[in-house]
Amino acid sequence: VSMEERRFAEVPRESVKLMAESAGVELSDDVAALLAEDVCYRLREATQSSSQFMRHAKRRKLTVEDFNRALRWSNVEAIAGYGAQDALPFRPIKEGELFFVDDRDVNLVELALATNIPKGCAETMVRVNVSYLDGKGNLEPQGTVPSAVQTLSEDLLKYYQQITRAILGEDPHLMKVALLDLQSNSKIAALLPYFVYVISGVKSVSHDLEQLNRLLHMVKSLVQNPYLYLGSYVRSLVSSVMYCILEPLAASINPLNDHWTLRDYAALLLSHIFWTHGDLVSGLYHQILLSLQKVLSDPVRPLCSHYGAVVGLHALGWKAVERVLYPHLPAYWANLQAVLDDYSVSNAQVKADGHKVYGAILVAVERLLKMKALSLSQPGPGGVGTPWDDWTPVPLPAMYCELYSFFGDSLAVRFSTGPSLGGCPPSAPSQPPDTRKEPPGPAANLDTTRKMPQLTANLNISPRQDGSPRTEPAPPSLARRNSSSRPGQRSAGPSRDVFTKARFPPPQTGPPTFSFLIGGRQMGRRCQGRRFQTSFSSPPPLSTVPPRAYAHKLPVIGRVGKPVRRWTCSHYSLHLPL
Amino acid sequence: MAAVQDGQLNLEVEKDIKTEITNDGSGNINANSSSPGSTSSGGKSKSPAGSGEDQQTLLAVLQFLKRNKLTESVDILRREAGLSADADDSPVSESAGAGSGGVPSVGADGGDANSLLSRVSIATPVAPPATAPPKVVAASGGEDQPDVNVVLSAYSQQGDPVLYPLYYNGLKKFIESVLDCHRAELSQVFYPLFVHMYLELVYNNHENEAKQFFEKFSGDQECYYEEDLRILSSMSKKEHMKGNETMLDFRTSKFVLRISRDSYQLLKRHLQERQNNQIWNIIQEHLYIDIFDGMPRSKSQIDAMSGSLAGEGKRDANKAKVFYGLLKEPEIEVPLDDEDEEAENEEGKPKKKKPKKDSMGSKSKKQDPNAPQQTRIPLPELKDSDKLDKIMNMKEATKKIRLGPDNLPSICFYSFLNAYQGLTAVDFTDDSSLIAGGFADSTVRVWSVTPKKLRRVKSAADLSNIDKESDDVLERIMDEKTASESKILYGHSGPVYGISFSPDRNYLLSSSEDGTVRLWSLQTFTCLVGYKGHNYPVWDTQFSPYGYYFISGGHDRVARLWATDHYQPLRMFAGHLADITCTLFHPNSNYVATGSADRTIRLWDVLTGNCVRILTGHKGPIHSLAFSPNGKFMASGATDGRVLLWDVGHGLMVGELKGHTDTIYALKFSRDGEILASGSMDNTVKLWDTLKAFDDVELDDFTAATGHIHLPENSQELLLGTYMTKSTPVIHLHFTRRNLLLAAGAYNP
Repeated sequence: VSMEERRFAEVPRESVKLMAESAGVELSDDVAALLAEDVCYRLREATQSSSQFMRHAKRRKLTVEDFNRALRWSNVEAIAGYGAQDALPFRPIKEGELFFVDDRDVNLVELALATNIPKGCAETMVRVNVSYLDGKGNLEPQGTVPSAVQTLSEDLLKYYQQITRAILGEDPHLMKVALLDLQSNSKIAALLPYFVYVISGVKSVSHDLEQLNRLLHMVKSLVQNPYLYLGSYVRSLVSSVMYCILEPLAASINPLNDHWTLRDYAALLLSHIFWTHGDLVSGLYHQILLSLQKVLSDPVRPLCSHYGAVVGLHALGWKAVERVLYPHLPAYWANLQAVLDDYSVSNAQVKADGHKVYGAILVAVERLLKMKALSLSQPGPGGVGTPWDDWTPVPLPAMYCELYSFFGDSLAVRFSTGPSLGGCPPSAPSQPPDTRKEPPGPAANLDTTRKMPQLTANLNISPRQDGSPRTEPAPPSLARRNSSSRPGQRSAGPSRDVFTKARFPPPQTGPPTFSFLIGGRQMGRRCQGRRFQTSFSSPPPLSTVPPRAYAHKLPVIGRVGKPVRRWTCSHYSLHLPL
Repeated sequence: MAAVQDGQLNLEVEKDIKTEITNDGSGNINANSSSPGSTSSGGKSKSPAGSGEDQQTLLAVLQFLKRNKLTESVDILRREAGLSADADDSPVSESAGAGSGGVPSVGADGGDANSLLSRVSIATPVAPPATAPPKVVAASGGEDQPDVNVVLSAYSQQGDPVLYPLYYNGLKKFIESVLDCHRAELSQVFYPLFVHMYLELVYNNHENEAKQFFEKFSGDQECYYEEDLRILSSMSKKEHMKGNETMLDFRTSKFVLRISRDSYQLLKRHLQERQNNQIWNIIQEHLYIDIFDGMPRSKSQIDAMSGSLAGEGKRDANKAKVFYGLLKEPEIEVPLDDEDEEAENEEGKPKKKKPKKDSMGSKSKKQDPNAPQQTRIPLPELKDSDKLDKIMNMKEATKKIRLGPDNLPSICFYSFLNAYQGLTAVDFTDDSSLIAGGFADSTVRVWSVTPKKLRRVKSAADLSNIDKESDDVLERIMDEKTASESKILYGHSGPVYGISFSPDRNYLLSSSEDGTVRLWSLQTFTCLVGYKGHNYPVWDTQFSPYGYYFISGGHDRVARLWATDHYQPLRMFAGHLADITCTLFHPNSNYVATGSADRTIRLWDVLTGNCVRILTGHKGPIHSLAFSPNGKFMASGATDGRVLLWDVGHGLMVGELKGHTDTIYALKFSRDGEILASGSMDNTVKLWDTLKAFDDVELDDFTAATGHIHLPENSQELLLGTYMTKSTPVIHLHFTRRNLLLAAGAYNP
């Protein structure tokens, strides 16, 4: 033991003198020195005995109260005013090397009239948990504290009740207010598990679209709340959302129920969760892909589930579409076509559903093509062979060919909408030869009883061009666009034309040797209906038809009523009025 | 009552007493040996026909009371003591005369209240004058109880302060030069010598020399005295010595050293040759050297036993016979469960049933040779409810899990949440149905751990309406409206430091900083009695395993044995040199163990009031004690983070369990004693293989006789598991009847 450790703090005689002066007593040096020494000793003694109170209180921290008890037992007046739990700031004064505890004036008026009334202390309670079973580990990780540590205060409980009542209640205005608060309230962390639990109730209200919708809005608010750390609860939220996307909800039995919108919205939400909480759900990504794939490949599932799977994949980004939907398309196509080819009256409803799925697939693959093209053109000229982690991608042209073989022109014509295509290489117009023939006007089946699905899409690509679906989820109703019907719609008779088979054989042999150009009119932005072109080029261009010739012939469909704001996240919809 | 009105006075008296009565280990204040159950008839033991000195003391008391105008008390005392009124008509001359003869240190001035006080105090501690007369007889004074002044004055024969370091250094050189086998033993002398030399210097106002002396040699002392040295170094003036209790003890009690005869001879010869009278004087006056024949002890042996405030216990202190065996359980017909009978019916019941019964019977019939007589101390009669509980206990015990190194108990942790650092004590009922917590805010809270809620008995008016003949009268008397999960008991005016349930779950004891022990009813959830007597913080209290009696101990260094229906203690156990920090009854209720801040454990005989064991070896204040279920062993835990195991019968340390890094606040043996659980401030529970620990100890006659045992270094082998909590110090442990381990503590985020 070194000498240093046994040094004690000492009160200098100057301090004693000062103290005495403040009490109106004049002390001589000798007296002050003696007094100082004695004060030191008494302080040490009191400290010593106060530690006894600490030990018996089974604490590690010596409190002011302990010291006061020691003083009281040695018949010394206790010191008042330092009993507060929070740490006392100890401040130095430079001149005089004085240290003191800040003793601020308390504004009593302010205190009395303050609106934030301090909360009462939580009730002391005992909670039991089995910490070690048979002396071994435990179900829970070692050394956890029972979760009741945060028990709900009265206020929180009230808040919870009000909010859930408002959201699930009748008044739409109240709901809006509640959702907004949920989105911005910073003090509801303790309630998170409760809300998550409420949301997990989706399974019990699958007959009630309205409620489902409200619960999804609740998810959105929670996800958007910047003060909430979702932690492991995000899994529960995702599973609730997935339920809305994929399950054949009880509400969908009635064709009048617009469960499609719900699925779209849920899908949007899913993508939103993935983009904003990617760190939390990264482990879930593959799991979700798998479950989507499973649904897609299960022919027994109703079409609405398939639809959900497609929009779900779409929401997870174009890479998910490329990996799961695209390879699966040929197999799926047969089933879908069988549905669409059945004209019996009894099939009418199913067929309508089939069209929805068709439309969803179409949107998904379009984006796939677009984004893939972009990803190829962005990194540089050699971008075609970008290596993928574990799986070889189908080159873009081949993909296009194949997709075209399914969708025909309905695929091509829709590249007219995406403003980001303006980023295409300027050299494009000069070279692209087009081997493709001008397709005949896209045919749509037109049963007099129902309309052809009116697909509108307005895709927007985020500035990062990383294939991210950074779309702000918004009520689908906002995205509803008044779309013109496709030009050829009325004239086309047989529905078969909708699914135009390959106009040309896919280039099975040899490298893809064609490139193509897609042109159209760009909407919005100063010049209305400005034409644009974009080209997807492969190394050996073999062109016979000048691009322009092709471009101007393109029918413009999917015109959007509103100008598309560039770079802003806009809403898209597969809203299908029935 | 006068005693209440005049608390301040009593307090002063108490203060003086403390120094007086605690000054010797074996000098106990024995209560009279009338059976504690009977109401003690006061003056019996204190007849005026005592010695002249007694008489004189009494008169002094009377005079003191008169001086303070406590006339009522004077009357009572006089009546009870059988003193005639005229006996003190001429008190001054009489007491003065007797005083000069009897107690030389007190001046003849009978009018000096202070001098009287110093004599009076011996008689007054138990009985504040207004209450029942003192039953305590001071052990015959003389050399066992040196007066403080005498001890202090011993320091006045001083040598040249400059020579002190030389003396000390000379001895140091000598001890360093002796043979290895003696060096360890003789090194024990350093610490007490150092302390006394330092105190002598301080006492004689050689402040600077004292400081130099301290700085020069304090580094040589064993590290486990660090705490004491810190206190020591803070005293640098004679005035400081007056109030400092710790050091007062050091001066008034002799530091006990055990040294082999050979080593002692060496030391003696050396000191005499050198004419080193200064040191020799100190050794003569302040040290008690317990000389034994045989091999000198090794350093590790010495280190294991040292560390207490006043050295080791004398060997004779542990010679008394201790009846550590268990009392015979009363025979209770255990009604066999239906299922049991059925099972037996299947395979010939008469054969099976009989041997089973016999084996149980023979077990309880055979008197344990080490057990005390069944009626050694009177125990309360078993009530019907107690018998029912015993039956329940036995039934549960049949379902008990057999624990062992391969079969460790599950641990359930009861976390106190939102306790705001205020949880100070926890106790479970034996059947684990209730849990109680003592808090720094002076409250005691009781929770029901089972779904059964806590209910109060109805008010008297409502009770009178109940049909007393009905079968469910016990149910009917409870007020359903008061059912709740927990109840708060208000009454103390200071932090509650110790709590204990009565075995029948009807009562709860709590001890507090306010100097009282309170008895609470768990039927009405009100306070029944406040036991006053300690006057200083009461650190711990504990019910006897048979109920009725309880023990309390606190800052006044005196442990008191009470019976619930007496507001006066039945026994006072004085001898500890510092606060009593924990108390515990032996399973047979004939002994109590107390742990203290003087780093010793003492075992007291409830019947005689004698200290029968002094166990040293801890290096810090002891905060937890546990007896093994068979009563043969004891475990103790201290702030030094070590658990020590003791053989009660031999008074020997038999094991040392190292592993904890902070104070051990909880110790408990499993129901069959195979496993010891220890809970600590370091947020862990550790399990120890005690079967192995006790097996590994080889006790031959020699070690049993000398007490010099070689402790195996096997903590790591004995440690069966360490279990972490999350920022929750473990302050209580309890094994349920089925051997599930319950732990409790407050979550301190």
